[in-house]
Order: sequence, then C-alpha cells, then structure tokens
Amino acid sequence: MRILKVILFVLLVVFIGIQFMPTKRNQSDLVPKTDFLVVNNTPETIGKLLQVSCYDCHSNNTAYPWYNGIQPIAWFLEDHIMEGKKELNFSEWDAYSNRRKNSKLKSIMSQIRDDEMPLFTYTLIHRDAILSDVEKQSIIEYMKSVQDSL
Amino acid sequence: MKNLRVTTTIIAMAFVGLTAMSCKDGQKEESSATMDSEVSQEQGSTSTSDAQNPESQQVLADYMSLKDALVATDEKAAADAGKKLESTLKSIKLDSYTSEEQKELKEIIESATEHAEHIGRSDMAHQREHFQMLNQDVTDMVAITGTANTLYQQFCPMYGEGGAWLSMEKEIRNPYFGSKMMKCGEVQKEIN
Repeated sequence: MRILKVILFVLLVVFIGIQFMPTKRNQSDLVPKTDFLVVNNTPETIGKLLQVSCYDCHSNNTAYPWYNGIQPIAWFLEDHIMEGKKELNFSEWDAYSNRRKNSKLKSIMSQIRDDEMPLFTYTLIHRDAILSDVEKQSIIEYMKSVQDSL
Repeated sequence: MKNLRVTTTIIAMAFVGLTAMSCKDGQKEESSATMDSEVSQEQGSTSTSDAQNPESQQVLADYMSLKDALVATDEKAAADAGKKLESTLKSIKLDSYTSEEQKELKEIIESATEHAEHIGRSDMAHQREHFQMLNQDVTDMVAITGTANTLYQQFCPMYGEGGAWLSMEKEIRNPYFGSKMMKCGEVQKEIN
C-alpha cells in the first residue's frame, strides 16, 4: 500500500515537472503569399471548410485547444502537427512544384473521399471539423478544378 | 529513511525523464549528421557522362521490382522495393545533364522520393495509389535520361481515371489489380 502511495506521488511530481517543459507552438498571424487560399483565390465557403477541417495540422497556424496547455498532450499535438505539415502544408502551397501540387491534390481528394481525413481522433474532439457528404463533394470538385488549372 | 527513499525515487524519475528528452535531441543530431555525410559523399564522387546514366537505370530496376511486387499483391515486398527505390533516388547524380534538365529532374526526383517513401510504409491500396503517381515521375524521368532496355508503357482504364505503368515485357501483368484483373490493360507505347 505504501509502495502504491509512493508511486502515485512520484507520478504526480513527474506530471507537474513536465508542465514546465517547453513546446514549439505552431502559430503565425501572417498569412503568407504562398498560402493555398491566397494563391488559388479560393471561394470563402470552401476556404472556411479547409480552415476548420484541415488547417490545424496542415498549415503554419494552429487554433490550439485549451488542453494544449497540459503535458504530455501538448507533445502529442506537436508531433501530430509536425507530421501533418510534412505531408501537406497549405501555408507553403506555392513552394511545391506543379508536379507535387498535382499529386498533393490527388491525395487530398482520395483521402477525403475515403474518409481518411480529417482524422477520426481529430473529429472526435473537433466536432465542427466533420465534413458532410455535400461538403466532401464540394471540396473534391474544387480540388479537381484546381488540378485542371495547373 | 522513508523521506530519503522518496527523494531518491523522485530524483531518479526526473533523471530518467531528462535523459529521455536529451535522447530525443541526440537522435535528431545523429540523423542530420548522416544526411551531411551523404551530401559530402555525393560531392566526392565523379560524375558520369553516359547517355544512360547508371543511377537512372537503377531507378528503373527498383521500379520494376516494385511493379512486380504489386503484380504479386505482395505488400511487404512492395514496401521493401519502395524503400530501396527511395534510397536510389536520393543518390542520383545530375551533373551530366543540362541545367534545364537538372531542374526538371530535381522536381521529378523530389516527387518520386515522396511516393517511394509512402510506398515503403503503407498498405497495398495506398501503395498502388502512390505507384500511379510515381509512374508519371518515372516515365518523365525516362524521357530525359533514356533507357538501356526497351520499355512498354501499358495502361488499364479500370483503375481510377486510368492507371499506367512501365514494363520490360510486352505481356500484360497488371500491378494495380494483381490476380483480380491480371490481364486488364494494353500496350500504349514502346519506349527505346
């Protein structure tokens, strides 16, 4: 019993300790000229959908939830965002070659069509990021039109 | 005595925690160090001026083993071939090409590397999706680098908006469907 108490106490101390560990925040007030929405002059309705459902992990600006103030959640999110931006960064869209833009668009369309994105673990908490069938269709059609204009 | 034990445990935990953190940083440094050595290796070796660049031939060879793995619907073999292709693409040298070709090839390689990397860690459906895009890159690469062997550009209209691939044989063996539709496709073009 005493052992258990000690363990709990240690865990508590570690938990408090890691709260002081720094994390990198993915935030920027500036919308760069290379941003997908700027470059393509995306209609507002589509832009809004992308910002709510994709931009948290696929751009240089995350709207952080309150629990990002708690470790180790903040680490988990930091990792997720880094991974997401590596795959696709809407903020730096125009830095991709046309070849890569083309394959990114293809992947965006197939990921949305197959319900692989937005991630289930993300929509579990971000209920507003869930895309309806109509919204999915409109994004896919829009991405197709961007692809055709390349 | 009890206090001492608790304190020791806390210190030990803190130590473990910090070590784990510093390990994370250490790994990062290590990987950037490997990258540096790769770069210097590339600079150190001499360039080849043959029309058929041996590395682009190796890209084609890796591409063919990837394609064969997809024909066999072998996810593991396809992943291995993807990883092999990724490392071949990273070592390709462009010195023997004109600056315009180099620019184009750089974009092709950058894109192909991304697809190869995905193939190296995805399930079969994703591997085939990326193979379709990779195929465009490899076909465009061959248009610049040329090929030592005759290649057949083949096409199956059933996969997505149509899936193309390259093969050394005329006979159709479909990498997008494997045994489900092994014979779907036709030869579109012969590339020499």
